[in-house]
Parts: sequence; structure tokens; C-alpha cells
Amino acid sequence: MNIHEYQAKEIFRKYGVPTPRGGVAFSGPEARKVAEKLGGDLWVVKAQIHAGGRGKAGGVKLAKSLDEVEKIAEEMLGMTLVTHQTGPEGKVVKKVYIEEGADIKAEYYLGMVLDRALEMPVMMASTEGGMEIEEVAAKTPEKIIKVAIDPAIGFQPFHARKLAFGLGLGKDEQKEFIKFASALYNVYMDNDAELIEINPLIKTGEGKFIALDAKMGFDDNALYRHPDIADMRDLDEEEPTEIEAKKYGLSYIKLDGNVGCMVNGAGLAMATMDIIKYEGGEPANFLDVGGGANPDTVAKGFEIILSDPNVKSIFVNIFGGIVRCDRVANGILEATKKVEVNVPVIVRLDGTNAIEAAEILRNANIKNIIPADDLKDGAKKAVAAAKGEL
Amino acid sequence: MSILVNKDTKVIVQGFTGKEGTFHAQQCMDYGTQIVGGVTPNKGGMTHLGKPVFNTVDEAVKATGATVSMIFVPPAFVADAVMEAADAGIELAVIITEGAPVRDMMYAKHYAVKKGMKTIGPNCPGIITAEECKIGIMPGNIFKKGNVGLISKSGTLTYEASNQVVKEGLGITTAVGIGGDPIIGLSYKELLPMFEADPKTEAIVMIGEIGGDLEIQAAKLIKEKITKPVIAFIAGQTAPKGKRMGHAGAIVSGSKGTAQEKMEALKAAGVYVVESPADIGATVVKALKEKA
Repeated sequence: MNIHEYQAKEIFRKYGVPTPRGGVAFSGPEARKVAEKLGGDLWVVKAQIHAGGRGKAGGVKLAKSLDEVEKIAEEMLGMTLVTHQTGPEGKVVKKVYIEEGADIKAEYYLGMVLDRALEMPVMMASTEGGMEIEEVAAKTPEKIIKVAIDPAIGFQPFHARKLAFGLGLGKDEQKEFIKFASALYNVYMDNDAELIEINPLIKTGEGKFIALDAKMGFDDNALYRHPDIADMRDLDEEEPTEIEAKKYGLSYIKLDGNVGCMVNGAGLAMATMDIIKYEGGEPANFLDVGGGANPDTVAKGFEIILSDPNVKSIFVNIFGGIVRCDRVANGILEATKKVEVNVPVIVRLDGTNAIEAAEILRNANIKNIIPADDLKDGAKKAVAAAKGEL
Repeated sequence: MSILVNKDTKVIVQGFTGKEGTFHAQQCMDYGTQIVGGVTPNKGGMTHLGKPVFNTVDEAVKATGATVSMIFVPPAFVADAVMEAADAGIELAVIITEGAPVRDMMYAKHYAVKKGMKTIGPNCPGIITAEECKIGIMPGNIFKKGNVGLISKSGTLTYEASNQVVKEGLGITTAVGIGGDPIIGLSYKELLPMFEADPKTEAIVMIGEIGGDLEIQAAKLIKEKITKPVIAFIAGQTAPKGKRMGHAGAIVSGSKGTAQEKMEALKAAGVYVVESPADIGATVVKALKEKA
């Protein structure tokens, strides 16, 4: 789960990670009030969406008067921001964050993520603050300094020193940086974060370090022990169909093609998308109905797939193991009674009792339901059906 | 022959008396697995499915001589269960539980390694040596005895692959579902050499997916050390970037961990990489013929 910048900064402050002062606003006048309360003569208005690259897209603007704060906030709210992380459809801005201006002497990048190969968290720093870290990694990897932190010993001053020397920080600055980085490690570990990015981390004229931006993602499996963070979830930032699917224990991701897929198991679900592409079609979605594939989940699956008007055929690909195929076949028939399915449904059931299942489907003799012999046959038929060639 | 487990392997079940633990322990026993007991705190002294229940893994190991534990405890308690098994001298823990926090598994895995305990999973179907020993939730009847080793991140795709191999008239020595979480136990780089050393295994199928770089590490190892033919399929060629595809670890971050990158690395290492998941079985046959 991801959260907004302003929420990440709330967490930062609790741990003593310095951030500029700021407040959230949902309208122009509200933004003005926040700015007034902050005082000063320079503010930053920042669109709050779950995507990076906001600055380039016009989602971060400086304001030199309260009138300007109000005007910029009004323009930004309701605007669709398109960044390299939002996809071409962009994201609508529903809230803005107003912050006091900062005295920037230098910009850096600081991030934390799990290194899956080392099986421990790594902290990464770079002098290329404000740049896309992916781009820095591709073009000038030597400019990224990484330290892996063995959780058995935790974050030690030597870890921070290695980063500080890599950034070319002077002696006094190092002390400040070590404090900052140690606090950040605690933010990461205590909250089961999956990712933290501060881009840019700034050094002020006084030699203080401040998180000018903040991005955080969390391990979904650990949210049960962080109810305060779970409450930060913003459903506006998620696909409504994906939320609906999750309620029923289904894992659904919408794609751009026209062949709907309903599969048991995540790996097989990905493989099903792959084979549709391989056979010349385009998958419309990823959908894992889980191990059970019972009539209710299958019915819900049909409903969700068909909510996408692009879908021209559906490939049901179930490998029955402990859940026998004959039961799944009956489940599919039952589901088609609950949900009106108006596109061809190609059904491939393999595994335990596959032969009985094929017979059940054949005997039901429903026009829209077309049994397939195996994975390849099913994919071919589903692609042909989507093209109107079956 | 086989790897890791066989008909003589003694297995205990942690989370023995729970709904999942009970159902799958029974299925494993029906398959022929030597389940010698189980552990559920505060239920020690009971008999469940005709086997003794213990309060601690330590007691269970001492009383039964078990070397392997199959773990079904809920996600919030799984790290504790794994560390308890390691502490009690279990040699291999097969962690079926889905939804364990990554941080917990990081601590548990580090401790297991320190104690010399191997782990499989979490969030995996388990391990099966065909017609001898099933430790996990896979349908046993799909796995007929044969000469092909199988390593896979995905459950149903493992069954699919085995089914294709069996339909070609071949069979499986041992199949290991390694799981699709960000931190897992044994993976390709440990299991490939085991299959290489197993005299009965003549070819190895590996099923990977997007996310992480275990398949890239495997490619390096295959090039240097594996002489038996390896057939690979990588799921998620059509997966969009930045989206988690069901498994916690199945995500392309930035441009890292794509199926294409993994397929190229494996091809360069001399692996038979199949683009269509329907071609796994036929490619195993082809690889064995070419080897002969």
C-alpha cells in the first residue's frame, strides 16, 4: 500500500526526521488559510497523488503571496496530472499540500528498499537529488552509494558514514546526516515499510538536512499490526474494480486487451495472459480466483471481467487439484445462471476429474460455453472468439 | 532417488490441529508421507489423526525423531514457528502459510541460515517426491514418478508443468514449489545443484516469474555448474510495470525484474526457454532427445 507525501511526512515527524512545516487543503480558500497559518513569504503548493514526477507535470508550484497560493491551489485541484508513473490516463488531483518555502543549498537523493538478493534492507544515497533515481542508476551508477543493513545489528554510525563520505559531506554536516539517516532507518523498520524515497533531500544554508519530498510504500501483509497506517489508505488512488475484486478474495488487474482471463493461481494467471499474447491476442486482465474457484467467486469473476466493455471473449483456465474439475465445471454453470455472460466463454479444465468436467460442460449444451482440450487449444479459441472468428 | 525428502522422511506438522493443518496432514498421510506427529501449543498430550500432539517442536523432535516440519500456522505467527523449528534442530521447514510479513521472514530466514536449517516457502505448495512423500498442499495424483526435476515459484503452474511432463509419458523425481514472496527459502541456486547431483534426475524444469533476480542468479549458476538440460518458463511476459501480480514478489520495479531480461539471461546460459506455457512438456522431451 502507498500513501501520500503529506502522510509520509507525518510519520517522519514522529520519528524526528525533519520536514518542512505544512498542511493539507481541499479547496483554494483552505489552501490560503494553511499558508496564512504557516506564515512567511514563500510557499510551495504540491498536488497529492500516488505518483512520482509531479514537478515536471505541473503538480508542484511556488507561490509568493497568499493570493497566489489560493489561485494555484484552485487550478491544481481537479486537474489531471500525467507523469511517467501515472500512465497516459493520468490522475485527478483531489488534495493539495501547502508547505513553507525552504532554503536549499544542495539537493540529494536518499532511499530505502529491501534488497531481495541480500535479504536485508539497503539505504541508498546520491548527489543527483531531484533526478529520477532509475535514470541515475542507468546512466551513472557510480553516483549511487548503497549500504546493506544486517537487521541483526541494525543501523550503525559506520553505515551512515559510508553514505556521508560518498556524498562528499563535511565533518559538521556528517553529524546531522547520521542523525537523519538513523531516524529514517527506524521509520522503515518500525512501520514495515517496503520503500522510502526522499527526492530531494535538501541541505539548508545552515547545514541542516530536511526531507523536501517523501514517498512511502508498505508491506500489505504487515498492515494488520499498523492500524494507523492502514487508515491512511486512499481508495481514490486505486482502481475501483480492483478494490471490488479484493472484497471477494480475488486478485484482479485491468489491462488493455479484449480477451478476459479467469484463472486459479497467480503464476498460471500470468502464464495465461502470456499464452493469449503468444497466440496473437491481447489479454484484458489478470484475474486469480484463488484455489477454490467456487460458484460465488467464479460469478463475481465474470461480473468484474464483463465490467470492462472491451472484453470480447473470456478464457477460463482452471487447473483442478484438490478442488476437482467436475465441481469447478458445475460452479461455472451455476455462475452463468447468476451473471448474464454475453460473450463466448472458452473453458479449459485440467487436472483431477478433467474428463468428467468436460462431459458436464458438453451435456449442459450452453451456446456461449465452449470447452477446450488443453491450454493451447483454449488460448487459440479465446483469441479467435475475440476476433469474431470462432 | 530424489532430493531432500523421500519415503523414509519423518515429518511433523506445526499448526497440526487447525483446519488447514488437519486437512492437508491427512492428505499427505494418504499419499504415504510419514507424518509422525504435530505441534499445537497447549494441546500437547492429545492424539490427532492418530498421531501425538506436542506443545513444543523440541518435544516433538525428541519424541519422534522428525527432521522435517510442515508449517501451517497463521501469518502473524509464522516467523516464530520457523525460528522454533530451527532452534529445535529441524533440518528442513516447509512453510505453506500465505501472507507472512516480509520483515518477519527476513528475521526468520537469517536465524534459520545461522542454525543450518533449510526452508522452503513461505506462500508455496510445498515439496513432493513422486509416489513417496508429499509435504504440502499439491494434488499428489498429478505427480507420477519419473526423471524430471521441477522447481517453481507458482502453485498451479507447477501442477500444469508436471501434468504436461506426465502426458508426454515422462514423470517427476521431486518437485519443489519455492513460493513467490520477496524473501523465500531454498531457490533455484540451491536446488539446481541438488538435482544435478541426483542420479535419477535427467532434466530440470524451472518455472520463474517477474520480480527479483533469482532467475538471473540461476542463469549464472547453470552456465557454470549444471550439465543436465534445463527447461525454463518465465510467467509475466505481458505483465504491466509497477503492478503486483498476485504474488507479493511478482512486480517489475522500474525496469528491473522483467520476464524478457530473465529469459535472455537463461537463453544465454544454454537453457531451453519456452515462450508459451503450453510447450513445457514437449520441450522436455526435445531436450532429453538432444542430450541422448
